[in-house]
Amino acid sequence: MAKILAVTIIVIAIASAVPIVMHIWPLPQDISLHGHLIDEQYTDTMWEAGISFLASQILLAIFIWKYSKPAPNAGIKRFPGGAAALVIAAFVLVGTEVLALGVFGAKAWGQAYFTPPSADALPVQVQAGQFAFYFRYPGPDGNFGPIHPNLISEANANFYGLDTTNDQDSKDDIVTAEMAIPVNREIHLLMHSKDLGHSFYVPELRVHQDFVPGLDLSIHFTATKIGKYEIVCTQLCGLGHYNMKAYLEVKSQADYDAWLKQQAALQ
Amino acid sequence: MATVVHEPPKMDVDRLPSQGSGNGGWRNLVPASGDLRKVKDSSPPPASTGIWVALASITMTFAAFTSALVVRQGGARDWQHMALPPILYFNTLVIIASSFTLEISRRRIAAFMGGLQERAENPLRWLYITLSLGLLFVAGQIFAWHELVSQGLRFATNISYSFFYVLTIAHALHVSGGIGGLVRVIAKFNQRVLKRSTLDATSRYWHFMGALWVYLLVLLWLKL
Amino acid sequence: MHDMSAHAVHHGAPTSFIRKHIFSLDHKVIGKQYYALALVAVIVGMVLSWLMRLHLGFANFAIPGLHLLSKNGAPGDIMTPEYYLQLMTMHGTIMVFFVLTTAPFAAFGNFFLPIQTGAEDMPFPHFNMMSFWVTFTGFVILMASFFVSDGPTLGGWTQYAPLSAVGAVSGPGQGTGVVLWAFSIAFFCVGQLFGSLNFITTTLDMRCKGMSLMRLPLSAWAWFITSIMGLTAFAVLMPAVILLILDHIAGTSFFVASNLVINDSLLPHSGGSTLLWQHLFWFFGHPEVYIAIIPGMGIVSHILITNMRRPMLSHRVLIYSMGALAVLSYMVYGHHMFVSGMNPISSLAFSFPTLIITIPSTIVVLIWLGSLYGSKLRINSASLFALGFISMFISGGISGFFLAQPSIDILLHATYFVVGHFHLVMAVAAIFGIFGGTYFWFPKMTGRMMNESLGQLHFWLTFVGAYCIFMPFHYLGIAGNVRRYQAFVDDYLIPLIPVHKFITVAALATGAVQLIFIYNLIYSRFWGAPAPDNPWQGTSLEWSTATPPPHNNFGDKMPVVYHDPYQYSVEGASSDFIMQTSPEPVHSADEEK
Repeated sequence: MAKILAVTIIVIAIASAVPIVMHIWPLPQDISLHGHLIDEQYTDTMWEAGISFLASQILLAIFIWKYSKPAPNAGIKRFPGGAAALVIAAFVLVGTEVLALGVFGAKAWGQAYFTPPSADALPVQVQAGQFAFYFRYPGPDGNFGPIHPNLISEANANFYGLDTTNDQDSKDDIVTAEMAIPVNREIHLLMHSKDLGHSFYVPELRVHQDFVPGLDLSIHFTATKIGKYEIVCTQLCGLGHYNMKAYLEVKSQADYDAWLKQQAALQ
Repeated sequence: MATVVHEPPKMDVDRLPSQGSGNGGWRNLVPASGDLRKVKDSSPPPASTGIWVALASITMTFAAFTSALVVRQGGARDWQHMALPPILYFNTLVIIASSFTLEISRRRIAAFMGGLQERAENPLRWLYITLSLGLLFVAGQIFAWHELVSQGLRFATNISYSFFYVLTIAHALHVSGGIGGLVRVIAKFNQRVLKRSTLDATSRYWHFMGALWVYLLVLLWLKL
Repeated sequence: MHDMSAHAVHHGAPTSFIRKHIFSLDHKVIGKQYYALALVAVIVGMVLSWLMRLHLGFANFAIPGLHLLSKNGAPGDIMTPEYYLQLMTMHGTIMVFFVLTTAPFAAFGNFFLPIQTGAEDMPFPHFNMMSFWVTFTGFVILMASFFVSDGPTLGGWTQYAPLSAVGAVSGPGQGTGVVLWAFSIAFFCVGQLFGSLNFITTTLDMRCKGMSLMRLPLSAWAWFITSIMGLTAFAVLMPAVILLILDHIAGTSFFVASNLVINDSLLPHSGGSTLLWQHLFWFFGHPEVYIAIIPGMGIVSHILITNMRRPMLSHRVLIYSMGALAVLSYMVYGHHMFVSGMNPISSLAFSFPTLIITIPSTIVVLIWLGSLYGSKLRINSASLFALGFISMFISGGISGFFLAQPSIDILLHATYFVVGHFHLVMAVAAIFGIFGGTYFWFPKMTGRMMNESLGQLHFWLTFVGAYCIFMPFHYLGIAGNVRRYQAFVDDYLIPLIPVHKFITVAALATGAVQLIFIYNLIYSRFWGAPAPDNPWQGTSLEWSTATPPPHNNFGDKMPVVYHDPYQYSVEGASSDFIMQTSPEPVHSADEEK
């Protein structure tokens, strides 16, 4: 019985590792400038975690196999070095492992969060609400008009609560239901929640940030590959949460300019 | 009258033996050789440990309320300053006074239970005074809430009022628990089943409520 | 020397049925009541997970009879999106609170902590009785929310504000449902605070003669450490849910920010802090994970030692490691909030203790493995589940390396990777601890043995099944599959649906296997073979008293303890184990001295 358990554990451990090693369900492709740091960190962690996982499961299996049928008069044997050796091993091996992960991981994190957006980054605002994203481009004046929450009206398609008659800055603002950005240009994304907690997650872009009601955050990133990707909400926001998504189109500068012009005409 | 005393009385009231038992098991530090002669005979009664555990938990709760207040206030643009109702200062004096009267009564009851003062005077008198002061405190708090409400300052008027009501009501409920404890002590004393540990635990709880109130008053005064 | 009869807490053995089985002061009865509550809760929680899995694996699957549960939630037996979320929230809440906290901690702890410390009962039996009945009331309130007009809350077991705080306007169940949820949790907190008060005081004050703290078995230590965590964690959750209730019924703005617009109308709240709820919740929530798992560690260690016929390599190191886990668990809670909008520097600051917490976890695992080396392992249902616990704990713990790092959390936050991680390390591992504890202690609790063949069959199917369910969750998460979705409509998620089908089939099968356990439990309770006093040749105090233990645990004679808890395979001893109460001298003492 013990031997079957040992074999089962080893089979499960190896079977668990196979899809990872074979990349059957790989990470989404990386289309961002900063993403490779995260991916490298992920790969390093996978190596360390994978080896620890296999080693400890196999060790468990071996000990179960070996010590379940002792000779009737056998005494117990003591693990060489005893508890002290194991504690030292844990501190040294796991300690250096996690310290390394922590320090190198801090670099990837810092790249995403501790650098300010460059001065020529393209500002785009995203507003999250049950259960849709809306995007706003500042138009030729480069300024976003103020939001008047009491003017927000889905019925009138005034998703941002803009007062285009009185607010000068609002007049040329372009509000869209999907997001288009030029490739290889830094985007400064200003995040605003209309109602509840939501999240902005584009797996390919290696960007993931919650919307905090009452607290407007901003993130910045650069997409490096032209294509159409999905923006999804990961913060439970109500019954339509699963369906809260928008498309992100990364376009060439020319295509982007044309798109923006077209959207401006629709306002 | 009251209780059976196992040992002759000693003069130090805090070391007077408990009537009944109330002891738990053996708090001991036995060497591995198992020399039982080194075992201490008894550990403190559970109530005296239990009360510290309970107070730790109450401390944690009010610490959570405090940190909620600090976080909520930080960066809030809607925070209104609030003037504390003056009766709170009177209530503060009441609850501090009640700690003193309770301490007097605790010593008297302890001495009585230890057999030092046989029928000299009703040992419960100061306990009744404490109880009245406790009720007066709660009544004073109710008066303070009433006063605010009559000025139209309710729970949701502003977040500072929300915190005021939450903290004072939470404290008043805990004080009411203490009043229940005092009534229990009186009832047990009258049935002659009062244990020293019950008396001590109840009075520790009561003193803690006083200290907690002083802390809350300072917090409210500084923050609201 | 004190008179034994004047000892601590007495209450005579009750005679009426109500005082004996319902409003009982006896910690053993209360422990069984908690176990029964957890059993009912786990069945409800598991059925909910079946319904969810059917819906996820086979979109718009009509579940016969579902409309009987909720007319609005399942018209034509097909689950609506909101009903999925409501069931998911109830599944999480029931499992985390009423199963993973009550069974390993409150149920086994209540029954065995006083016995293992050598006490007659808990010091405050009335509080202990209230602890159960308050918890039970909490459970009833939670169940009641199934039957209110728009059903239970859909906000997830974490109940993030403002979704949870703005009322029915944000969705079905967000009015009455949330308030009932919050009251239920408040009751639960009170119950666990009363329980923790008793556990701590029992351990400190009620130990029998000769029982020093270091002579307590590892299970008792685990319950003691857990009760200290419970005392602090639930004392923080309680104020948090009170503030949540006030946002609902008093219209305050603790958690709801200004200028929020839902359905084109401006909410009346102003200035509340969204992150405040998350901070308060996770300050409780992360320790709660350890409240669920540390008793499992203690129980598993206790079972393994008995079945390895040797003490752990180091008793103290295990105790210190569990203590370190408890302390660190309060310093790591921010790792749930890496991308929540918290200051990114705080995220980094929280990542280091989160990584460091792997060290005591690793020490615990290595001590288990190192003790297995050279042991004389017995295989039975209890030890199989204990070994399975170790395997699950390793598998679930390893993925913590990823989630502890904020940079990788950008990829994996709120995906099925997280779901796989916490289900393995907290849910499945803790459940294995509960199963192990049940097979191990059932004879002592009921006086009858459980069926061993059925127990082993139960283990094999559950062990393989649990891996089939929860390993694929990690793969889904790596591919970016977001959790808490009732259907997968995103283009990049559609190719993953076959994996969901596989998981659903595995979950249904593994769930069905649990019927073997329930059958075994009920059958053995009434018709099992009578159990001897010490069926596993154990050494700790629960094995030195009668089976089942008498009302005051030890009959006329209070135990006296002479040894460390685990004197197995001592050289020169008359048998391969020396009980704690045996005065037989031990020469080679404890290995670590």
